[in-house]
Amino acid sequence: MTAAQLLPLIVATPLLGAALLVAAGRRLPRFAAEVMGFVFSAGAAAWAVTLLVLSPSADSRAVEWMGGWRPRDGASVGIVLVGDRVGVGLAALTSVLVVAALAYSWRYFDEPPHRHAGSFPALILLFQAGMCGFVLTGDLFNAFVFFELMGVVAYALTGYRVEEARAVQGALTFGIINSLGGYTTLFGIGLLYAHTGELGLAQIGARLDAHPHAGRPDALVLAAFVLVLTGLLVKAAAVPFHFWLPDAHAVAPTPVCILLSGVIVELGVYGTARVYWTVFAGPGGIPEPSVHRALLTLGVLTALLGAVMCWQQRHLKRLLAFSSVSHTGLFLIGVSVLTPEGLGGTILYVLAHAGVKAALFACAGILLDRFSSVDEHELHGRAHQLPLVGGLFAAGGLALAGLPPFGTGLGKAVSEEAAGWWPTCVFVAASALTGGAVLRASARIFLGWGPRPSGNPETTTGKDEEPETRGPLRRIPDTMLAVPVALMAGALAVGLVPGLWPAVGQAADAFTDHAGYTAAVLGTGEPAPPPVTPAPHWTGVGVALGLLSSVLALALAWTAVRRPATDEPARWAAPLHRLQSGHLGDYVAFTLAGIALLTALVW
Amino acid sequence: MSRKARLWLLAVGGIGVAVLLACAAFDLPGFGGTWHPYGERAVRSALSRHTANVISSVNFDQRAFDTLGEESILFGAVLGTVVLLRETRDEHSEPPETAQVDPPVRRYALIALPVTLLIGLYVIAHGQLSPGGGFQGGVIVATALHLLYVAIDYKALERIRPAAAYAFADAAGEAAYVLLGTAGLLAGSAFLANFLPYGTFNTLSSGGTVPLLNAAIGVEVAGAVVVLLARFLDQALEIEDGGAGGTGRQDEEANRS
Amino acid sequence: MSVLPYLAAGWIFLVGCYGLATSRNLIHAVGCLSVCQSSTYVLLLAVGYRRGGTAPVFADITPGSRPVVDPVVQALALTDVVVGATVTALLLALVIQTAKRHGTVDPDELSELRG
Repeated sequence: MTAAQLLPLIVATPLLGAALLVAAGRRLPRFAAEVMGFVFSAGAAAWAVTLLVLSPSADSRAVEWMGGWRPRDGASVGIVLVGDRVGVGLAALTSVLVVAALAYSWRYFDEPPHRHAGSFPALILLFQAGMCGFVLTGDLFNAFVFFELMGVVAYALTGYRVEEARAVQGALTFGIINSLGGYTTLFGIGLLYAHTGELGLAQIGARLDAHPHAGRPDALVLAAFVLVLTGLLVKAAAVPFHFWLPDAHAVAPTPVCILLSGVIVELGVYGTARVYWTVFAGPGGIPEPSVHRALLTLGVLTALLGAVMCWQQRHLKRLLAFSSVSHTGLFLIGVSVLTPEGLGGTILYVLAHAGVKAALFACAGILLDRFSSVDEHELHGRAHQLPLVGGLFAAGGLALAGLPPFGTGLGKAVSEEAAGWWPTCVFVAASALTGGAVLRASARIFLGWGPRPSGNPETTTGKDEEPETRGPLRRIPDTMLAVPVALMAGALAVGLVPGLWPAVGQAADAFTDHAGYTAAVLGTGEPAPPPVTPAPHWTGVGVALGLLSSVLALALAWTAVRRPATDEPARWAAPLHRLQSGHLGDYVAFTLAGIALLTALVW
Repeated sequence: MSRKARLWLLAVGGIGVAVLLACAAFDLPGFGGTWHPYGERAVRSALSRHTANVISSVNFDQRAFDTLGEESILFGAVLGTVVLLRETRDEHSEPPETAQVDPPVRRYALIALPVTLLIGLYVIAHGQLSPGGGFQGGVIVATALHLLYVAIDYKALERIRPAAAYAFADAAGEAAYVLLGTAGLLAGSAFLANFLPYGTFNTLSSGGTVPLLNAAIGVEVAGAVVVLLARFLDQALEIEDGGAGGTGRQDEEANRS
Repeated sequence: MSVLPYLAAGWIFLVGCYGLATSRNLIHAVGCLSVCQSSTYVLLLAVGYRRGGTAPVFADITPGSRPVVDPVVQALALTDVVVGATVTALLLALVIQTAKRHGTVDPDELSELRG
């Protein structure tokens, strides 16, 4: 057996686990169901890590044709899985987060409800399979299939607590908007198939490159690019496709939030980058300036809007959800540079952000289960006796603000250096606002600082939420605490383990190598390897900027806590709040307008 | 946003998308053209594997990995629906009422039932030869069972429909597909490889693993659709509000009594 | 060379989006989403059509005797149909629960999540 043959097993293992869990049905006691969930999700994680360790060099790609349909003369009828460092690394990250989510929900969660012991781990395993399939596939239609798989399972998991009115509404909005995005992507795939007669990423790219154009690509290629990207950007929650995200992430069960904010959103960014570099980066694709303009504009808008909205929230899960929106914007800016440096910074940022955001959601879940509330104002001063959770929450805030030596700080610094001076201002502002919001909440909730605020009932507050455990917890279970501690430690390790950085740098080099990918997949000769870019590392300027945004975050939090907070959200932000109306029709209209905006930007 | 503002935004976005799609349409190869490189390769590959129905060959051999994802979507959606439409704490289920069915309807449905069932099984078994296959046949089989609801009543359907058994079939079909794929990896060259003898062209046993994968999908789809419909029918016929819900339906009941 | 089938696919997509955005009933909205999706069936099948072509099933025709339409898009459309049907089922399950918990299926009256 070759290493590449492990690729399908990363997808098949959780699928088999889910099938066995459902087959065992109601006879399976809860303990056994959760152990099975662990075994199969950890199995997939083990395959992914093995593959990472086995790969001979960082720029090598494991290529495996499903069904053995290897290409003849550069043409195949089959589906290919491509395991480069970024893809396999994301599969490993996903699997580790799945294990963390299962550990967090271990025994204490009221989910799974009566008579459905196996359903929750089974759904999580299907979710894992969908995400791993999506990151490993080298075929555009197959990517759509796995994109839909993770979508379908995510909608069900979001609405899991059906007794909560908000949960079902958030899940429905999530489902409709994301499905619409998925069908838009499929429309784009149809156009690409008509134009090139191929479905594989490498094959489509090769066909496009056979007809290089001097200036602007024809309208068909452009439309396909815009439509395929739309679905991915909906998943990534880029403005103006982002409205579903806070509504869904605020209501999903906490273990699901860990996955939604930790990886799903990032997979949208991954998909955007993957499709661009494999299909459209060649001479027959979309010119670099157009892509740069589009991604940069959307990224800046997303980062700023997400940060402002994040600052205005008092519902902790919504606050964290908007911070995810904001950070997605920063990832998009990092990718928009279209160089290995920008991508390498983004990879580090995504890795560390996954740990930090998952840990923060885990802490919010602990508060929910202890006090039946996730409202910053109602919880004021009530969590005195949870110093460890408070410390984790504050550390999470500082990590979001980009404090060295957290991995988020390193990722931010490297992305800033690649992006140039004015996007750097956006990085600093967005990370200061999102970090500041989390710090403000920790000061109020865990330290009881500042006057007790009185709220504005116009927006979603987070009062009177049902705990996810059987009744409010008196003692916090060890597993629920160990998970955020481990995740936060992981985020710290990204910034502290120098051995990781060259690996990320080489992975980014290979990822951005359009010709190398095509040649490796289709087996057509060995092109010159891409020039080696220096590995991401800490620089003086990067550390200074990280400290700057952290100080800004602390200052913002301090001012907010000192001020008598009577009328939050502020009046100047009211129009922004009105946009986030919770109305399905509004979100659909914004999605269409977003497609038009994207077209205008790429044209 | 007000209704008017939403319509304006929709108009602007819609016009933009319309222009984009129209421009793309004029660049597409003409409708009905002869250039289908992937399609021609797919036909050649299907014939080389002795599979008469090329679409089945694409679905279950050449792009069988797509079908793995697709059946997992079905599997996940059914599991999700089971969880979403569970009986919550404030609800209870009541046995469905027996219903009176007009004799002609009953006669017709009872005659149609075995015929439909047979057609479903035929469609599954001949997936590699004629239009159809596991997905289509599985749906027909599930439909056949529901003719019992039309012919007699929901109680009669429930007697032949132990939901747990069909959920097991659903899961077994999914597991079988994954295991057949892994068998391809162990016995053949790659995951989901067609490792069985291809058989004689245009006979039931042709196509190697295609008929087996078809059967796995057929079992899964039949089980999945039965479970799916069971959850929706339960909502309509059995599950009643238990008191704490406080929706309009309860008030209606109060008025009636 | 006709572009009408492609334009029809685009039209169906836009009509579905219009219905989705102006819908006053969530069941209707889920239906509109299916309309949006139908545009992809029309596009795929139109892309794969070949003038004078028959179904790519060789049980009753000799291989090579007649042109056949593109089998790949038909397989893709089949996958697409299954995806659409299952997503619709799941969304309808969520609509049932929304109706129970909120007592309404009118998006205009769902105002729990905002700001």
